[in-house]
Amino acid sequence: MMDAVAARISAHPFFAALTDTQRAALAEDGTTATFTAGERLFGEGGIADRFWLIEDGSIALDMRVPGRGDQIVETLGPGTVLGWSWLHPPYRWHFGAVARLATTAIAFDAASVRRRCDADPAFGYAALRLFTSVITERLQATRLRLLDLYAAPSQVRQAETQPADA
Amino acid sequence: MTGQGTAGTAPAEPAVTAPAVPCFYQVTSRRDDTSDTVTLELTEPAQPSHPVPAFAPGQFAMLTAFGVGEVPISVSGLGDNSGGQARRLQHTLRAVGAVTRALHAAQPGSLIGVRGPFGTSWDVPSAAGRDVVIVAGGIGLAPLRPVVLTALADRSRYGRVVLLVGARTPGDLLYADELERWRRGGVEVAVTVDRADSSWSGVVGLVTALIEPAGLAPGNSVAFVCGPDIMMRFTADALASRGIPVSQIRVSLERNMRCGVGWCGHCQLGPLLLCRDGPVVGYDRAAALMRTREL
Amino acid sequence: MHPEHDSVRQPSGPAVVVDADRLPALFDALRGRGYTVVGPTVRDGAIVVAELASAAELPFGWGVETEAGRYRLRERSDTAAFGHSAGPQSWKSVLHPPRARLWSADRATGTAEAGEPGERPRYALLGVRPCDVRAVGILDQVLTGGRHADPVYRGRRDGAFIIAVECTEPGATCFCTSMGCGPGAESGFDLAMTELVDSGGHRFVVRAGTPAGADVLADVPSRAADDATIRHASTAVNEAAERMGRSMPAQGLPQLLADSRESPHWDDVASRCLTCGNCTMVCPTCFCTTTEDVTDLTGDHAERWRVWDSCFALDFSYLHGGSVRTSGQSRYRQWISHKLGTWHDQFGSSGCVGCGRCIVWCPTGIDITQEVSTLASLLDATQDEDGR
Repeated sequence: MMDAVAARISAHPFFAALTDTQRAALAEDGTTATFTAGERLFGEGGIADRFWLIEDGSIALDMRVPGRGDQIVETLGPGTVLGWSWLHPPYRWHFGAVARLATTAIAFDAASVRRRCDADPAFGYAALRLFTSVITERLQATRLRLLDLYAAPSQVRQAETQPADA
Repeated sequence: MTGQGTAGTAPAEPAVTAPAVPCFYQVTSRRDDTSDTVTLELTEPAQPSHPVPAFAPGQFAMLTAFGVGEVPISVSGLGDNSGGQARRLQHTLRAVGAVTRALHAAQPGSLIGVRGPFGTSWDVPSAAGRDVVIVAGGIGLAPLRPVVLTALADRSRYGRVVLLVGARTPGDLLYADELERWRRGGVEVAVTVDRADSSWSGVVGLVTALIEPAGLAPGNSVAFVCGPDIMMRFTADALASRGIPVSQIRVSLERNMRCGVGWCGHCQLGPLLLCRDGPVVGYDRAAALMRTREL
Repeated sequence: MHPEHDSVRQPSGPAVVVDADRLPALFDALRGRGYTVVGPTVRDGAIVVAELASAAELPFGWGVETEAGRYRLRERSDTAAFGHSAGPQSWKSVLHPPRARLWSADRATGTAEAGEPGERPRYALLGVRPCDVRAVGILDQVLTGGRHADPVYRGRRDGAFIIAVECTEPGATCFCTSMGCGPGAESGFDLAMTELVDSGGHRFVVRAGTPAGADVLADVPSRAADDATIRHASTAVNEAAERMGRSMPAQGLPQLLADSRESPHWDDVASRCLTCGNCTMVCPTCFCTTTEDVTDLTGDHAERWRVWDSCFALDFSYLHGGSVRTSGQSRYRQWISHKLGTWHDQFGSSGCVGCGRCIVWCPTGIDITQEVSTLASLLDATQDEDGR
């Protein structure tokens, strides 16, 4: 099973920036994970002890909003990385995650990966670079959604009134 | 009516004879697509006072709400262009101001003035033999619908036909009832919403999130992108970063238009007069202009 | 390109001399052929463009003091009728009028009828400076040189008779020589006149540029122009070319303006520019218009009127709930970049003829030639820093 995981990690473009040794090290902390449609991976506030590389399927990030129920913030599909709350204390999930479709992924032991980062700064730096690119891309996309670009002008709060003759 | 040569050139149809004067068409049907968007079918009168030549996908008409004013609206369907004349037109529009509110309220039988066709076309046939990649944001799906329909009408002429749609919410998705028919016709359709409601079981996220999973072949793709300015920019950049040459990415630009024929000066975007050099422009030409603040 | 004239300018038809007191005969010849004569006249403290009932309405003996942000009439020491420049109006007031009806329609018929109410006169434009002759040529390209010809402009332009008057006395803000369109008239006119006021009397050296011009000229009492007079006129015009108040670089403006889109200089201009739009109103080539739809009280009769607009207007670039160009910086940049730069991309020539009106009529005295000069120095400085 380890070899299978190692092979999939080597093949996946997300890990391309790592060296072979670094990939092999990461593979030691990885296992195959599968989820059925509707299965919850974790809830908000839970202990962030894992992160996943989604290989197939779809995961929804959600948050329970009083009066609105579980509101979906974003869905993540194949080739995306799920979870970064494991990077910083208090290592608790900020959102929940539930499988939308039957999903297969590689799950990584977060605590173990953190220990590797502490022990080997080069590995730590490479891993962090990988994750920060995911985070910035996700943040950029979220900011663009915040702009609500598809909204009609009347749905957007304007700083000043503008002539409306179109 | 199809375009010739590279995208961003006007089709070689006969010039409009009295370009400043509208021909009043009649609304023959209306369909409320979403809470604020409607698709109108306009039919030319029995004896048109100023005949309107056929429209190509990507081109726009200047539509007049009698006594209110005029706005540019792209065609959203292939219509009936028999005899080289625009006998029936389809336009999808959203009520955002005085004129569009009046057009949006138009019932079958109302008169709506039509001037056109103006501007450059998407030039879908130039993508023959290659993959057609269509990325639509919000109401940007309306000017792109003729691209889908053109490809469907002659499906074997093109490679893959991929449609990626971003909508604000599930309720704002245009032409939702047609998507399944398009899939059956051989279009790969993927939809995402910026904000989901509890009924939505699909993708939630920015429209660019649909690009990677589509597995595009960048060397063999022609991209057609339409939506708000910023959406077109980040989508075109994402497509370009995956290897699609910028000259093969076409966007549909918009500016205030009053005459549609290059006389009023309003639709300028740097060196371009969008009624004449656009609205369809290659991203190789458009990118720098779109990035300049307040151009 | 500067006209190189070290020899006498060759007339395009045999030159004649018309005494100033024979100008009424010119008016008669024009009106007899059905023209409405339009020309300069003094009104409201300025020399404006208006319909003239007779030659007496020309501004004999009136000149102007002009500088950036300044225009004053002054009494001349002679009786010259065309010794002035940079008036607040140009010939676009006639050919491309501030208001024109495009069509009218009735719900009952469901059709729109093109055109303007009433008969339209044929105009004879008397006193078109060479810069303004070029401006008319530029408007010809913009409004009739594309795929569709503007019927309002075409209707006035096709019947128009143009009488150019060469310049012998450039204004302080003039720079037609930099733009290659003056102070002599080369083409684009039916008649060209050079005014001479000196010991030889008040007279005009006149030549025809077209058969229609020659036809009119034949009805005006004149005498053959002797070589000395022709040379005198020619010299006066050539010397005027050397006395221009301003200058503009001949080459490289489109590239300069494209490269200056992010220049810090726009902030500087914006601190002075009121975005009042005067420059666009007085400029002989600014052509932007907008439309207004109006109805009667019943709502059954509608008309569309076309009216002058200005890129300085806040809603000129209105789109989707707001304007694209809201800042003064962006609107000034748009005007100057279009006039000197992107006009080339859109219409194949510069949009500026060096008439200097925008400099005179700007309330804060913004000088287009100075702004270009500053942009050029800033760009040079940036490029030096970047080691380019």
